[in-house]
Amino acid sequence: MSIELIKGNTAIAEAALRAGLDAYFGYPITPQTELLEHLAKRMPELGRVFLQAESEIGAIHMVYGAACAGARTMTSSSSPGVSLMAEGLSYIAASDVPMVLVDVMRGGPGLGNIAPAQQDYFQMVKGAGHGGYRPIVLAPATVQEAIDLTYAAFDLAEHYRTIVVILTDGTLAQMMEPAELPPMRERGSPVSKAWALSGAQGRERRIFTSVHMSPEEGEAYVAKMGEKWDVITANERRCVAEQTTDAEWLLVGFGTAGRVAQSAMRAARAAGLKVGMWRPISLAPYPTPELKALAPQLRGCLVVEMNAGQMIEDVRLAFDGKVPVSFFGRTGGVVPVPEEVLEAVERMVNSTREAVC
Amino acid sequence: MHTTTEFVIAGFGGQGVMLTGQVLAYAALEAGKHVTWIPSYGPEMRGGTANCTVVISTEPIGAPLVRNPAVVIALNQPSFDKYEPLVRAGGILAVNASLTTRAPSRTDIRTIAPHATEMAERAGSPKVAGIVLLGAAVAATGVLELGDIELALDKHLPEKHRALLPINIAALWAGAELVAEGVERRA
Repeated sequence: MSIELIKGNTAIAEAALRAGLDAYFGYPITPQTELLEHLAKRMPELGRVFLQAESEIGAIHMVYGAACAGARTMTSSSSPGVSLMAEGLSYIAASDVPMVLVDVMRGGPGLGNIAPAQQDYFQMVKGAGHGGYRPIVLAPATVQEAIDLTYAAFDLAEHYRTIVVILTDGTLAQMMEPAELPPMRERGSPVSKAWALSGAQGRERRIFTSVHMSPEEGEAYVAKMGEKWDVITANERRCVAEQTTDAEWLLVGFGTAGRVAQSAMRAARAAGLKVGMWRPISLAPYPTPELKALAPQLRGCLVVEMNAGQMIEDVRLAFDGKVPVSFFGRTGGVVPVPEEVLEAVERMVNSTREAVC
Repeated sequence: MHTTTEFVIAGFGGQGVMLTGQVLAYAALEAGKHVTWIPSYGPEMRGGTANCTVVISTEPIGAPLVRNPAVVIALNQPSFDKYEPLVRAGGILAVNASLTTRAPSRTDIRTIAPHATEMAERAGSPKVAGIVLLGAAVAATGVLELGDIELALDKHLPEKHRALLPINIAALWAGAELVAEGVERRA
């Protein structure tokens, strides 16, 4: 293995392929098209399925079918395309079949623009489709992390029979960074054979459905879904903390905004401020206990997002009123720069000092 | 102490803006540095101007974009006008005087303004003006060795441009020599 300079989109595609991806279904949309393009070339070379569907709605339902048949399967899109997939995502979740979705977020709402944004945190973290299901949502901040999380996502999806979302944005997708690709795995899932639709001759037939005709049956299913989520919440929280040991102030951001926060944190440290940073990698389940544990030492927290304030709600829930939480965001596809985040940190520190005086 | 240097390379589409940035990024990788390369991929590209940002650091890189880059390579007039005010104080601006009409105005940065297109022609092709300026900018910062760039060109120049390798290397050194000669005192 060697370190290469790889573009985020290409890196995610190659990592999925090396994780044993059997079948990809998708539809082009900027800024994730290179992902599809890479798989269009590589999958047929390896005798696997690549299919450009007639639309995102077609693609997600092809994923549904392939997942029921026990294939390692995925799709990828960007914000408006993911909205089109919402119905299919809900059906897939309710059928307890595994899949991986890569959402390369762009400016919105509506058609918006192709520039990087994090405006779909609510949409993905809170479920995307109807019915209150919860996908695992992972947010990489570097190309290497995008590779590692994509590689792990298929195992996670199959282990819990759930949707795993890789939630990123145009910055990481278009960026090139040195990274190392993992080894090529055997194709296909060993796990799914136990439940997949593979031909019922000689055994009892298996049925996947998202229909629960009686309310009682529906309630029992929702309870089971809740129990599954409790296990995922207990086992799958991921986050990174930097310079938090002596921190009095905390910067919080995910994905690209987390990187910008990291730069601002370093600049704040250079200016003598005791600032740390915390970056959730799993947005669902949210690493609430890990964040909450920092509360006693903190005088204030600044949440940085590429939206008008979405993840901040989960930060406030974690702190439960015990830490003042302020916000800095850029929207519409504008990527924040460290200089303006540092200015926001200075405003937070100064306003707290004034309040104390 | 860690050092981080941000480069913005900007010009018209077709001037090799993205490739010049990638050569720089590959050179940083060869030198064992942390590096990010990010293109402008928005609608402004379709209007004719393009830019990319390359961050090179001795520590893992946070933000891939900054307000005030340490180094700007401006290949045309719109890029010169847009980025001259944004270069960080004490930073470096390398601008192609062949394609710009006004004199540089900043006095708190080091401006290198050669007739890069003519220099590129003397090296063998007007297409490598960006590499002339890259040579000048890298020599002025000292963030990488020119040998790292040579290695990156040798390993990563696309197959279709392979025949231009000696021309690129000649252009690189021509640019670097400007810095020693003090071309920033533009006539």
